[in-house]
This record gives sequence, structure tokens and C-alpha cells, in this order.
Amino acid sequence: MGKMANGTASEAAQSGMAVEVFDLTVAYRDKPVLWDIDLAVPQGLLMAIVGPNGAGKTTLMKAILGLVKSAAGEVRIFGKPYSMVRSRVGYVPQRGSVDWDFPTTVIDVVMMGAYARLGWLKRPGRNEHAEALSALDRVGMAEYADRQISQLSGGQQQRVFLARALMQDAMLYLMDEPFQGVDATTERAIVDLLRDMRKAGKTVIVVHHDLQTVGEYFDWVTLLNVRRIASGQVSEVFTSENLRLAYGGKIGFLGEEELAQARNTSLNGERLRDEVGL
Amino acid sequence: MSGEFLRLLVTDYTLRTVTLGAALLGLTSGTLGAFAVLRRQALLGDAVAHATLPGIALAFLLTLSKAPLILLLGAAVSGWLGTLLVLAVVRNTRIREDAALGLILSVFFGLGLVLLTRIQKMPLASQAGLDSFLFGQAATLMVGDVQAMALLAAPVLLLLVLLWKEWKLISFDPEYGATLGYRVRLLDTVMTSMIVVAIVIGLQTVGVVLMSAMIVAPAAAARQWTDRLSVMVGLSAFFGALAGVCGAILSSSTSQLPTGPSIVVIISLIVAFSLAFAPNRGLVWDWVRQARNRSRLRLDTVLGNMMLLARQHEEADYGHKAAAIGALSGGRIGIEARLRELRREGFVEMDRQGDWHLTAKGVARCEMIVKKWEP
Repeated sequence: MGKMANGTASEAAQSGMAVEVFDLTVAYRDKPVLWDIDLAVPQGLLMAIVGPNGAGKTTLMKAILGLVKSAAGEVRIFGKPYSMVRSRVGYVPQRGSVDWDFPTTVIDVVMMGAYARLGWLKRPGRNEHAEALSALDRVGMAEYADRQISQLSGGQQQRVFLARALMQDAMLYLMDEPFQGVDATTERAIVDLLRDMRKAGKTVIVVHHDLQTVGEYFDWVTLLNVRRIASGQVSEVFTSENLRLAYGGKIGFLGEEELAQARNTSLNGERLRDEVGL
Repeated sequence: MSGEFLRLLVTDYTLRTVTLGAALLGLTSGTLGAFAVLRRQALLGDAVAHATLPGIALAFLLTLSKAPLILLLGAAVSGWLGTLLVLAVVRNTRIREDAALGLILSVFFGLGLVLLTRIQKMPLASQAGLDSFLFGQAATLMVGDVQAMALLAAPVLLLLVLLWKEWKLISFDPEYGATLGYRVRLLDTVMTSMIVVAIVIGLQTVGVVLMSAMIVAPAAAARQWTDRLSVMVGLSAFFGALAGVCGAILSSSTSQLPTGPSIVVIISLIVAFSLAFAPNRGLVWDWVRQARNRSRLRLDTVLGNMMLLARQHEEADYGHKAAAIGALSGGRIGIEARLRELRREGFVEMDRQGDWHLTAKGVARCEMIVKKWEP
């Protein structure tokens, strides 16, 4: 697969790929977290990244964004290095990655999405305020604009993060577990938003936990467990064989306990167990 | 007394210098401390403060001068070195941050004490007063000291205001800031350096041992009163300055009272008051709210049980003895008082036999409670 990396940059620009990853390897100390990942995500679709805990889903996302150092490999976004197309990429981190007791308001957090456009020194003004309000409106949070962020529920926090990303008006969005622990209203709001984005020709990559909804919400899926197990259209690659490889594939190296844990990683362990036949 | 103090402030040169210096140090450490606390770097402040001591001693040994700018420069370099070492230890070894902080703090502080003791024994006259860096001595502040402090504080405060949105961003969500293209590593380093400067500014007045209190305490107190970053930073600066001025004056007007501990006692009082009485976050209001909720819950339980009792009879106003209601509602103790409270609110009435029954308003409240608990 290593050959793929050579001389593909210009081809990629024409190939209409939103994200391409070549031979990406990430290691913490000497333990590989991602191993020789190749990935090509066409533009204009919704893709889920699934895999057991510790599979490197978040790390893959952060490596694409240059937030973690890769030991080897290359990432191209719209055929270019990330640093050149930064303004076209929006990131929605895990909700738990920040301190929600930070002394600030909802609208202030959302306006952070405009900081890149503003550049150094300049402060957000009336335009950004109006824009932030309309972003909040899109996620059904307009009336929370002046709330202190510590008063929000988990689902509301998630929607604030989404509104902040909307401010960037990007073409590619990377979202880390937006559905994690949210209420039904928020789940609905996120799904609607994802579909709106797809309609507008945007590409969205989502780290996802709930295997049951992969087919319903997404067009494309990548199964990950340190290595890339499979990547492609949901109908083609979301098979019990690939799921077994992703979730049960560590059989040879794992004890009974870890295996049980791997089986129960997904929210619908029941169905997974049936599908995988463990 | 305050009138006399004001007169002294205008006329007394020393007092004016001391007050100005203490206000300046409180302002700077309060401002930067707010960010240190929000970024969870409060402990780093303590390590930095202790790590400045060998720098002060070495600066003196090298120059044999007690010029404030030279000593503070030495302090800054050594404090900064300590910070870098902490970060290097965390990054390159398996020692965790808390252990690394403790390690650097004690190693540097120990080295500083050794050097300071050595200096005390040197046959020089000029070293006198150097040991006041341990616990701080505002009374020795000269105009030159205050000028040096202002010289260090001005660029730091200016930078803080200019890059306000950047500091907010990297304090709240640094990774997101990095994806926006901000050089978060650089901003991080600059912010940490500004905290180092804020600490250095306070060293002569508060001393290395207690300086970290001036970083943490004003910010902790300010956080209690507000949910806005700008207000928090402003309040923190104000609390810092207030404690600085009060403590400096207290120690200047009392013999043998070191300034650092005086300032720290005063800022601690501000913190204690804020923890207890700040609206929303104050513990006292928490207790009041909880007590109110508990008592409401108890009253509602009584109402609910009276509803149950009433359902067993045709007449809506069929009365029951307080004891019977009490037995259902978790004990007879206090049941009379609860019923009287409910009567005052118009939810229950007592008939001529001394039996209690719900009013129409009481029935309505019961129905409302039930509705609230049903999805």
C-alpha cells in the first residue's frame, strides 16, 4: 500500500477526495495507536468512523488535524496539506474535552468559530454576534445565547459546539462523538444538521459509537482497530465479517476479560454479539 | 483613622511607595492569576515562586548589587528555568506533573536557601535585607523598586488586553484554537511567561514562600462572584490590589509583622467570605436553598398523604387527626408545625374537632405535583 503515497497529490486534487490518508502511523511512546492507515473519503458524504475503545478513532481525527504528531504518513485535505486548507475544515471536539465551568456564555463560545477569520488582535463585533445567533438557531439553541455554559445539559453543550463549528462555514467537518450521551432532541437535531450539510455539498466525518444507527445516519463507514479494517459504502463494508475483525479481531492477543470488554464496547452489544457470533 | 491614613498617604513618602507597590503587585498577580487558575496552572505558580530564590541569590552574588531590576531579572530567569524543567520532566520521563512540580520546587528552593545562607555569612555590608525575599517586606520598598515593578507589569498587562480573545480561546479550548490556526504552543509559552513575571513582581513584597497565594486566591475569590471572564479578571485584580494594600499597610504600621503573611491573611479572608456568601456559588446560599427544598419536600409529602387519606372518604373535607397524618408522613414529630405552616399557605384547614383536611387549593397543589413527576 505504501506505493499509493507517491505522486498522488495532484491526482487527489482532481479526484474529488475530501480527505486522503496515506500510510499514517501514530505511536504513543513505543506503542502504535494507528498503524499504516490508508483512507480516501470522497466529497459530499457523511462518514462514520467506528471501532472498539482504544481503536484510535479520536487519534485518527486528531492526526488528520495535525493535533497529534504522526510517526509516519501523509494527510491531504482537498488534495492539499491541512495547513493550506485550514479555513475549510471545521472541528467539533469531544464535549468532555473542555471545562464547562469556564466563566463564559454560550454566544461567546459560538463566536470562537469566527476567531480564525478575525485573525490576531481583532475582536468579534456585531456581525459575528448576529452570525453566532443564527448558528445557534440552526441547532435550536437561540434562546440559550446568554446562558452561562455551566447551566447546559450534555446535549445542549454538544449543540453549542456544533454551532461554533457552523460559524466556520467549512467544507469538511470532523466531529468526535457528537452523539455520545445526548438526549433524543439533540440526536435528532444533529442528524438533521448532518443531512443539511450533505445537501450543501459538505463532507462530514463522525466518530460514532452506536453501530445500530450507522446505516441510518451515514453513507460511508470506516472500521478501525489500530489498523484500518475496512472503509467504503455502508452497504458494502458494514458486514459481520468486518465487524468481527474490528471488534473481535484481537482474539489471538487478548484474554477472556478484554474480549468481553471488546464485545460490550458498542452501545448495542446485543446486536453486535449476534452479528459477530461471539 | 481612615482620614488620618489618607492624609499620611498623601504626605508620607514611604507609605505612599509601599501602597503603590502593593497595589501594583496585587493587580498584576490577580489578573494573571485568573488565567493561571482557569488553565489549571495554580500549582505551577507555587513552583515558579519557589524556583526564583536561587536566581535572586545568584544575581546578587554575580553583581554584588541589590538593584531591584537586576534581582528581579535573576528571579525571572530562574523561575522560568524551573518552569521549563517541570515541563521537560513531564514530557520526557514517567514522572507525573504533581511530582515534577514538587521536585523542582524543593530542589530550587533548597538551592536558593543554601546560597542565601552563604551570602549572609559573607563579609559584606550590602547583603542586608536580601533574606526579606523569603517572607516579603513591603517597608523596604523604594521608589526604584516600584518603578521596576511597573516596568515589568506594563507590557504584561498590555499584552493581556491586546490578545484578550486569544487568551480566552487557549484557556477554554486550546486544541480547537490549534485547529483554527493559532500558534497555541507559542501562546501557551507567552502566557506562562507572563505568569512568571507576575510572580516576580510580587516577590519583594510578599516573598517566595507565599507568593503563590497571590496567584490563586484572588482568582478563586473572583470566580465565586461572576460567570463572565472579563468580570472575573477585573474582580481578581481588584481583590489582589485590595489585599496587597491592606496587608502592606498592616505590616508597615506594626513592627515585626512580615508583609507576605499579612497580605495572605487578608486575601484569605476575602476568599473565605466569597466562598460563603457569593450569590449563586456561595455555600451559605447553597445551604439555605437545600434547607428550603427539604422543608418544601416535607410539606409536600404531608399534602400527598392527606390526599391519600381523603380518597378513602366520600366527603372531600373529611378531617384526620394530626397524629394519623404524621404516622404516614415519616413521624409525628413536628407534624403539627408542618400542618400549621401548610394552613398559613392556605393548603389545609382544621375543623372544629381539631381534625385536618385539604382545601381546594391544597388539592390543586397535589395534582400539580403529581403531574410534575409523571412524564
